[in-house]
Amino acid sequence: MQDVDKIVNGQKLFLKEEYQEVLANKKQFESSMGSINPAKVDEVQEWTKSWDYREKNLAREAITVNPAKACQPLGAIMAALGFENTMPYVHGSHGCVAYFRSYFTRHFKEPTPCVSDSMSESAAVFGGLSNMKDGLRNCNAMYKPDHIAVSTTCMAEVIGDDLNAFVVGAREDAEGELDNLPITYAHTPSFVGSHITGYDNMMKAMLEQLNPARSEKVVEEGRINIIPGFEPYLGSLAEVKEICAEFSDKIVMIGDHEAQWNTGAGEYQLYAGGTPLEVAKTAINAETTISLQKYSTVQTAKTIKNKWKQGYATCNPIGLAGTDEFVMKLAELTGKEVSDKLKSERAQLVDAMQDSYPYMHGKKVAIYGDPDFLLGMVSFLVEMGAIPTHVLCNNAPRKGWEEDMQAIIDKSQWAKDCQIWAGKDLWHLRSLLFTEPVDFMIGNVYGKELYRDTKTPLIRIGFPIFDRHHLHRYSMSGYKGALNLLTWITNGILDQLDEETKDIGETDYFFDAVR
Amino acid sequence: MGPETLEALQKEAIEEVLEVYPAKAAKNRAKHLGVDSPEGVKGACDKTRSNKQTVPGVMSQRGCAYAGSKGVVWGPIKDMIHISHGPIGCGQYSRGGRRNYYIGTTGVDTFVTMNFSTDFTEKDIVFGGDTKLKKALTEIDELFPLNNGISIQSECPIGLIGDDIQAVAKVHKKESSKPTIAVSCEGFRGVSQSLGHHLANDAIRDEVMTDTSARSEFESTDYDVAIIGDYNIGGDAWATRILLEEIGLRVIAQWSGDATYKEMAIAPKAKLNLLHCYRSMNYISRHMEQEFNIPWMEYNFFGPSKTTESLRKIAEFFGKDIQDKAEAVIAKYTAMTDAVIAKYKPVLEGKKVMLYVGGLRPRHVIGAYEDLGMEVIGTGYEFAHGDDYKRTKEDIERSTLIYDDVNEYELEKFVHKLKPDLVAAGVKEKYVFQKMGLPFRQMHSWDYSGPYHGYDAFAVFAKDMDLAMNSPVWNHTKAPWEKEEVGA
Repeated sequence: MQDVDKIVNGQKLFLKEEYQEVLANKKQFESSMGSINPAKVDEVQEWTKSWDYREKNLAREAITVNPAKACQPLGAIMAALGFENTMPYVHGSHGCVAYFRSYFTRHFKEPTPCVSDSMSESAAVFGGLSNMKDGLRNCNAMYKPDHIAVSTTCMAEVIGDDLNAFVVGAREDAEGELDNLPITYAHTPSFVGSHITGYDNMMKAMLEQLNPARSEKVVEEGRINIIPGFEPYLGSLAEVKEICAEFSDKIVMIGDHEAQWNTGAGEYQLYAGGTPLEVAKTAINAETTISLQKYSTVQTAKTIKNKWKQGYATCNPIGLAGTDEFVMKLAELTGKEVSDKLKSERAQLVDAMQDSYPYMHGKKVAIYGDPDFLLGMVSFLVEMGAIPTHVLCNNAPRKGWEEDMQAIIDKSQWAKDCQIWAGKDLWHLRSLLFTEPVDFMIGNVYGKELYRDTKTPLIRIGFPIFDRHHLHRYSMSGYKGALNLLTWITNGILDQLDEETKDIGETDYFFDAVR
Repeated sequence: MGPETLEALQKEAIEEVLEVYPAKAAKNRAKHLGVDSPEGVKGACDKTRSNKQTVPGVMSQRGCAYAGSKGVVWGPIKDMIHISHGPIGCGQYSRGGRRNYYIGTTGVDTFVTMNFSTDFTEKDIVFGGDTKLKKALTEIDELFPLNNGISIQSECPIGLIGDDIQAVAKVHKKESSKPTIAVSCEGFRGVSQSLGHHLANDAIRDEVMTDTSARSEFESTDYDVAIIGDYNIGGDAWATRILLEEIGLRVIAQWSGDATYKEMAIAPKAKLNLLHCYRSMNYISRHMEQEFNIPWMEYNFFGPSKTTESLRKIAEFFGKDIQDKAEAVIAKYTAMTDAVIAKYKPVLEGKKVMLYVGGLRPRHVIGAYEDLGMEVIGTGYEFAHGDDYKRTKEDIERSTLIYDDVNEYELEKFVHKLKPDLVAAGVKEKYVFQKMGLPFRQMHSWDYSGPYHGYDAFAVFAKDMDLAMNSPVWNHTKAPWEKEEVGA
């Protein structure tokens, strides 16, 4: 029973003797293996750690187990929230939107606005036009957006709803209410690609539909657009903007979702920050667009390069080389020298890398996540002398990514010890970790179960991270971002070293006050 | 605030939110909002329209049928593998979010927090996913040999492209001789999670209740009961079990938090079904009553008043022996819960609460708040039916604003108008209200604490509400330079 002076929640409550008895009693009614045959569980568990299991596991074709990816509309919502007073609108069931909002909210610890038009069985039969007619009007009346960005769920895609016709139809029926409201739309079927595909499709659609035709393009001298991509680290957005400001005030971020998920206490505002629509509507006029995530903006790039005939570049400012490349690109495009501030930030970073490298050098790492995230992170690991033993990308693009990653790995002195796993999930990674163990693992919250199973220390960098607070507020881009990465990883390794050397009189050689 | 003023304010709040809608939507929403009082004339609890299509274009907090079936009913059954059949998203978003605690070796003989998905590509949509599903079932059996069955939870595209998952399941069941159960819980079906609960119950009725092999050898006693509709969030069902066992009953099954397939299958051997979440599990309770003659009884284990009342009701069914034991148990715990109330009531009394949750909590938790002297002034459900609102009438203690399928816009307006001291709802709402400097507790997941069912859990509940209400962090919202000067 609870002690009123020391009330405990379930974490400790169920460890009390009387509850342990309850839990033991329950087993007689269970048929699950552990209660009737613990030896069998041990046997199978051991087998799951074997090479035999690994081979069977890697041969899997039909079932995906514990993937590190989500579906298209999630990314579309992030893209939409990068624009001022924009309401993401999902044409489909509200069940999906409840999931998207919960997912982002759990990662950012912030509200996530997004509506749906609640399609259900009648829409499945008759199509979702009437939902959209009512939905756009209701959304406009209640949330007073300056722009609505419509994406779709797999349901709307399977029944083949025509968004263009629907938006036109909804406007016609709205008695003038929607006349001056930009409504952009993208098809984002969940059965194609992943959340980064959705980001790309929505970004492309918004840019195409908000901007005039190429004939009306008026090039603004010196203007550079920066598209951040599916970026879960809000500090990275701030950092990139800060670096750009060192070069020119004509560099603008297109799709800046930093403020939306970083509002302060005091009062709640539905919309916050974002690229002003006037800036978004003139994106075509820039001289060049730089995408910070090549594989989150494949289709968007086509519009910019082929339709707009604009200069286009990709940079991945994660780690030292990535940031150097970005900074030099900006210097080249603006004709301006690298500022003293950036020079000193770079020097500080290199200084820190030289201070900490012994703890990362030669350490084997397993890392998983989105394609561009991995390109940047692996590049940084290689710079530090770590060995990216397993690089796993569930949503690896069909073209180019593996070659790009191989090129980075080839820079490592341990290139032959590194393996790229495209299209594999975290249950595959479990087998890899048991058969070819590593020193630590980098990835999102779902690595937690791998940590429990394999005891491989998990350093949380990626998306989503639900179980640690405020990491997303930091940057992982730029020199300062690289310093954060260095701090997280090195101290993660030191925590592990302390853990392994803490047993008094047993393992505590190397339990040092100085590291 | 006097009762008349409160009621007037609540009515005014409804008028105000309806003003913003276009006429059609306003007309619709008006039927879902109302005010009711514990006694007297028919109020909102009798008349509120519910279980209807959500107004398009709003930020509804509702989920879908898949969420009801996979996320609530089937997902927590620990020794089975539940396939999210279709594109990747649904399985990923519903992974590990509900805190359905269980004991077992995850990935070996238990699987609750994992995401098994057939991860549809365009090809599967065009050519159908049955072949892939069939293969997935085989792969699962090879790699997870200790699974005690597989359920197939269909996502939206499955029903739309017309895949015959029932047939695939049937073949696999025959070949593997393991339960293989297909649930057509596509997200577009129905208007909320609610239909998913129903469909999940139907699948249990047809596939699990008909499996007599598990119960053929089972020796029952006169005191066997089954806990129905407890998902063991934060360990709720364990905190419930202990009380039932202490009063002399034997809990033979627990649905579906920490449940195994066998527990579900032996449940027809119970003498009484104890139903906690009426909304999600009344269907199967009614079926067991009809088919196996097992009576069912609703109970409420939130807060000492309701827990005691429920224990007495349960004990009464079993007669004097159990009643005597129940009284002893009640006396034993009452001393503790009285001390909890003595400790926390002084700092919580008179605080006003607004609730918005799912199946049973909008009514069941009212008693727990009232035990602490707190006052619930507004409540509503995401996916209730008329009978839930009628049951709510019995639990409200004062003039209460009732809102069905309330959307974020309305809830925010209601809160501004009624100025509660605490909002208790879900994660999507949490930060909206915290930003206003309002204490908030997540009442779907107990905000990463719990359990909240039973006497021991009430201590946790009281402590958590104190933590919510009386943290110094709420004093920091206004900057010192914004505060009014004393005497100015």
